[in-house]
Amino acid sequence: MIIAAAAAGADPELIVDSRFGRAPLFLVYDTENERYSQIENTQQLESAQGAGIQSAQHIAESGASVLICRHCGPKAFKVLKAAGVAVCTVGNIPVSKSVAAYIEGNLEPLEEADVEGHWI
Amino acid sequence: MVISIASGKGGTGKTSLSVALAQALSGRVMLIDCDVEEPNCHLFFTDRPDYRVLEERAVSHPVPEIVSDLCTGCGACSNFCRFNAIVALGSSTPLVFTELCHGCGGCAFICPEHAIMEIAEPIGTIIRGSFGEDKTLVTGKLTVGGVLTPPIIKEARKSHNSSYDLTLIDAPPGTSCSFVTSVRKSDYLLFVTEPTPFGLHDLQLAVEAAKDLALPFGVVVNKAAETENCITKYCREADIPLLLQIREQRVIAEFYSQGKSMIEASPGLKEELIELVSTIMKSVNREAV
Amino acid sequence: MREIVMISGKGGTGKTSLTAAFSKLADSSMVADCDVDAADLHLLLKPISGAAVPFFAGEVASIDNELCRQCGKCAEACRFEAITADAEGFSIDPVLCEGCGVCSAVCPSEAVAMRSCECGSWSVSEIDSSAMVHARLYPGAENSGKLVTVVRKEAKRVCEERDAEWLLVDGPPGIGCPVIASVTGSDGVVIITEPTRSGKHDLTRILKLVSHFRIPALVVINKADINKDVAGEIEELAGAYQAEIAGKIIYSPLFFQALSMGQTIVEFAPETLPAQSVRAIWQEIENYFQPSPYLDEAFS
Repeated sequence: MIIAAAAAGADPELIVDSRFGRAPLFLVYDTENERYSQIENTQQLESAQGAGIQSAQHIAESGASVLICRHCGPKAFKVLKAAGVAVCTVGNIPVSKSVAAYIEGNLEPLEEADVEGHWI
Repeated sequence: MVISIASGKGGTGKTSLSVALAQALSGRVMLIDCDVEEPNCHLFFTDRPDYRVLEERAVSHPVPEIVSDLCTGCGACSNFCRFNAIVALGSSTPLVFTELCHGCGGCAFICPEHAIMEIAEPIGTIIRGSFGEDKTLVTGKLTVGGVLTPPIIKEARKSHNSSYDLTLIDAPPGTSCSFVTSVRKSDYLLFVTEPTPFGLHDLQLAVEAAKDLALPFGVVVNKAAETENCITKYCREADIPLLLQIREQRVIAEFYSQGKSMIEASPGLKEELIELVSTIMKSVNREAV
Repeated sequence: MREIVMISGKGGTGKTSLTAAFSKLADSSMVADCDVDAADLHLLLKPISGAAVPFFAGEVASIDNELCRQCGKCAEACRFEAITADAEGFSIDPVLCEGCGVCSAVCPSEAVAMRSCECGSWSVSEIDSSAMVHARLYPGAENSGKLVTVVRKEAKRVCEERDAEWLLVDGPPGIGCPVIASVTGSDGVVIITEPTRSGKHDLTRILKLVSHFRIPALVVINKADINKDVAGEIEELAGAYQAEIAGKIIYSPLFFQALSMGQTIVEFAPETLPAQSVRAIWQEIENYFQPSPYLDEAFS
């Protein structure tokens, strides 16, 4: 299973990034080899809108079956849902703990976006 | 002739002046409210017995609809779109976010399977009404939560034709693309401002924009407490025509609050406004109305 | 830190003057001027400007005349009337260009390139013991809300660095993208309105927007004595959207006078009734949006 999380940096001990669309990168944990890899979250830097959509696309293409983030807006959620990626939100905890929480079955996937769309 | 009324700063009296001009002048006059986010001109007419709504229609713009049977999931549309309005999802039909779509038609063009149709998505409304003897009010209105103002502004402006002696355009505040779309190719740009540091600062920004657009322009000072003020000084120094000063009167503010125009509050203004338009017309070498 | 955004729907209701006044009354605050189309807050707060950082959004097309074979396919395909022909060939109006890239795609000679569009700038500036983030959108630029977002993001960053309690945002007029970009994710909005038909009409639209985004709102009625009937209607309207009235301010020439002196009302005429009203309103705002231990827990 592949678990993706919005990250502030390459270190899994850093807190899950508060942003999704504009998080600098995603940390991707493969439960088979128990290793982290990274997906750069580079967007068309000039994009005025739709960063969440692009990030959701990156996640969908990574083969992840779940995305862990702090909040997920409606457009990104729509993309992830269509791609079959579950979305779980967490608070101020490190990526590694959020991944462990998911593996232990302690995280509930969202039924719908938990925040309204925005431009951040 | 088309005169656009604008202001760098909001709240200086742009709409008040536009409405007053439309009422003061005789002949076949059109007033187009291009402040589609917050259109206010109609508020001065809807209570009046001589106002009638003639037509209300939706404004749409083209957005993509993907024909799933023809789509091979190649993702060319998604790669092309610069607005993130189409998202490719592997082999299944891409997702479309119509609210981000600018209506450029690029996805339909680029699709190798011709699997993208364009359908009309409503984004606002145009309301056409009549008032006075032979006058028309056109109001452009953006749907709340809507994203694109230019298509509605362009559609509202199409109402103008040469059968009108004068068309007045009430432009949105500021100098961004909504303003440009509202005022471009008009014959004259009239800036309304107030004699305060905000009014002066925003007028200077607006003048820069007018020069970029290569439109002749002039200034009206609203809510003037004194004849000499920061705007008169600026206009003199920058050699900008200062066409009229409207004195600050509480009665105008009170009438405005009730949806009544400047002219009803201060009837003497009518002659001054007719004179104002005459001056503008002379300066663009046309016959007076 | 609490981020509160001052908006108005209709322009000219006193939003900027009040934002400046609140910043003088708050013990620990920072300010962000998100009215990027017509930024005025600096005229009252007089910041020492930091370096201007260029802002890029979208792209603009440009035609290489050496490669162009003048077939006109680009002009035909452009839906924004941005391409015109003149004696020298075809050219693109950068103000009208939407940056969609269709011209570049249809050109058989690869003569059209898409480039990043520099359409404004922003800076972090110092005011007294505090700071301000402000920006400028160049004339004709698309006001997508992206620059507003940049200003807010930078302001939040500086707020955290300096441990300021309040981030006061001077929001843009209208109900479009720039306003949405200024309010989403904030802790609350203060809607400055006036008791006029236009003010009430625009207030309805802004209340709809704010309630759609589930943001708590307070309403301030400025120039409240101009029309007591409409002021009453506004109170009812606010109630219908669960927005409380933070206070009312009478119509007073003191505001113009203060502004002409480059001062806020609370500096210019602190003992007068309008200044007292402004102070009382700020108190209401502080109390209403006070950080609550329960609220914070609920969101973590």
